[in-house]
Amino acid sequence: MAIVYQKSKGLTDAELHYCPGCNHGIVHKLIAEVLEEMGLLDEAIGVCPVGCSVFAYKYFNCDMQEAAHGRAPAVATGIKRTHPTQPVFTYQGDGDLASIGAAEIVHAAMRGEKFTTIFINNAIYGMTGGQMAPTTLIGQKATTCQLGRTKEQAGMPMRVSELLSTLDGCVYAERVCVTDIPHLNKAKKAIRKAFEKQMAGEGFTFVEVLSTCPTNWGMSPLKAKQWLMDNMVPYYPLGVIKETSAEVK
Amino acid sequence: MEKELWKGNEAIAEAAIRAGCDCFFGYPITPQSEVPEYLSLHMPQHGKVFVQAESELAAINMVYGAAGSGMRAMTSSSSPGISLKQEGITYIAAAELPCVIVNCMRGGPGLGTIQPGQGDYFQATRGGGNGDYRTVVLAPSNIQEAVDFVQEAFDIADCYRNPTMVVCDGLIGQMMEPIEWREIPKRDLPPKDWATTGKHGRDHTNIINSLYMDPEECDDHNADLEAKYKLIAEKEVRWDTKDCEDAELVITAYGTPARIALSALEALRAEGIKAGLFRPITLWPYPEKALHDLAGQDHVKAILDVEMSAGGQMIDDVRLAVEGQKPISYLGHAGGVMPTIEEIVESAKKALKEAK
Ligand SMILES: Cc1ncc(C[n+]2csc(CCOP(=O)(O)OP(=O)(O)O)c2C)c(N)n1
Repeated sequence: MAIVYQKSKGLTDAELHYCPGCNHGIVHKLIAEVLEEMGLLDEAIGVCPVGCSVFAYKYFNCDMQEAAHGRAPAVATGIKRTHPTQPVFTYQGDGDLASIGAAEIVHAAMRGEKFTTIFINNAIYGMTGGQMAPTTLIGQKATTCQLGRTKEQAGMPMRVSELLSTLDGCVYAERVCVTDIPHLNKAKKAIRKAFEKQMAGEGFTFVEVLSTCPTNWGMSPLKAKQWLMDNMVPYYPLGVIKETSAEVK
Repeated sequence: MEKELWKGNEAIAEAAIRAGCDCFFGYPITPQSEVPEYLSLHMPQHGKVFVQAESELAAINMVYGAAGSGMRAMTSSSSPGISLKQEGITYIAAAELPCVIVNCMRGGPGLGTIQPGQGDYFQATRGGGNGDYRTVVLAPSNIQEAVDFVQEAFDIADCYRNPTMVVCDGLIGQMMEPIEWREIPKRDLPPKDWATTGKHGRDHTNIINSLYMDPEECDDHNADLEAKYKLIAEKEVRWDTKDCEDAELVITAYGTPARIALSALEALRAEGIKAGLFRPITLWPYPEKALHDLAGQDHVKAILDVEMSAGGQMIDDVRLAVEGQKPISYLGHAGGVMPTIEEIVESAKKALKEAK
């Protein structure tokens, strides 16, 4: 019988611990498939964050480091600068990357560090139980803004892809989501492009994945998908935010 | 061997290169900025990595990444910057990564002063970060020792997979002295087969991590670390003594104050006062037994601890070692003021008088 589908060799056999309807597992799979398809699993070194994906080091079938909260881009800098020919990536949530690790991601992008960051924007702190993130939308309820985020109290949510795109060192930033197959395919293409550009030595590459958190949003998985499309996509537009062609450089 | 005149911080930087340091990650702060300045020029010339990080937090986490992937990594800073590095140091200790951290100490607390200080003793020896961990702490008292210890620190770190600190006060970083580049004995080092270098055909993934969700596993991990620290305490403890054989008054001091104390010894001996110096070289592990035994000698009547710290920090370890056998008094200044020879002589006489 012909095999039509099988689990990527880029993932281990460890059982994922994610909640039903969470997008972390889907994004892991896409990264794993890209690394496998590009033949990079034997070379790759990944860095996982503190957040719901803290155990990603158990799931990826490549060498992994677990960083302190927000510091993954600094850790990845240390790895990539000393292993310049190998693929290096960080996998980070929005509390990790946009809040406590804001300095590290901005400066890694500024320096044009040649690694890839996969940024999971679920508009909330998942692991610690649904507190407000820099990406939480206005009006969105979280356990530290129980009546909904207000601009007066917390400012407007941060568009990280746009922010990093202002830096010359960032050669590629695309925002995607994985709510259905067409979007998922686009997301995989974006991840692949990011790794290709990294391996071509072009600069810092960034893929932001709008993701669901049914548990902390207090919704069913299906409703969460709809909420993402209705509320997140209008504020965080999908598509290529920045792409510097190799020739221009 | 020929002597060369070197500035402390630059000599420390050059020592790192000679020790085979693969990468340096730093951030400017007085009085240690000459270390990153020197390495920014010389590391690339040796085909090695230099990155000026956006902060000390980033620098120490770059060290984590590089050390975790098998490289000889180093960072340096001065007191306020070392405070910022504490997060990274506890993760590095927990993940058992070898690296070298140089602290060219200035006076504190807070911004304090850019003048030399020793107020980071607690932070270095007790662990400024969270959890039960230890860093090996070497304390040179001149530039020759600084360059020797920096080179050795890389081997000690690799030998035990543990962060190793070299703490010198700002004076050692800033002054110039003749030194020689002597051969540092190399240790037999274990292979870094745990490093995340990419699998390259390995049948398992290497993981650098400090997270243990199962409390039993975390307890086991801590027990393993503790066993390692015991071994280090047994094997790596170092100290130096001067004129202690018949000393009635023993001065305890490290770094620059120990050097000033040497001159005070001469002045005291010239007046017929039998004084000696006990100088810890490793601040952790502390030479507890050696000091305990010395304090137990009949000829020792009193101990005077001298530090560049307001109320004394190492004095806690002196007390723990001496265990009340002899009276201990203290002389110290913080904020960049050095204890003078005259002050030490004065305090030594007073300590002896009170003891008799
Ligand atoms: C220094 C530090 N501060 C706070 C925490 C607690 N903490 C763990 S995960 C987390 C938030 C993670 O949220 P996010 O990055 O959005 O990832 P998610 O869990 O949503 O995937 C926080 C605040 C920590 N581990 N370390």
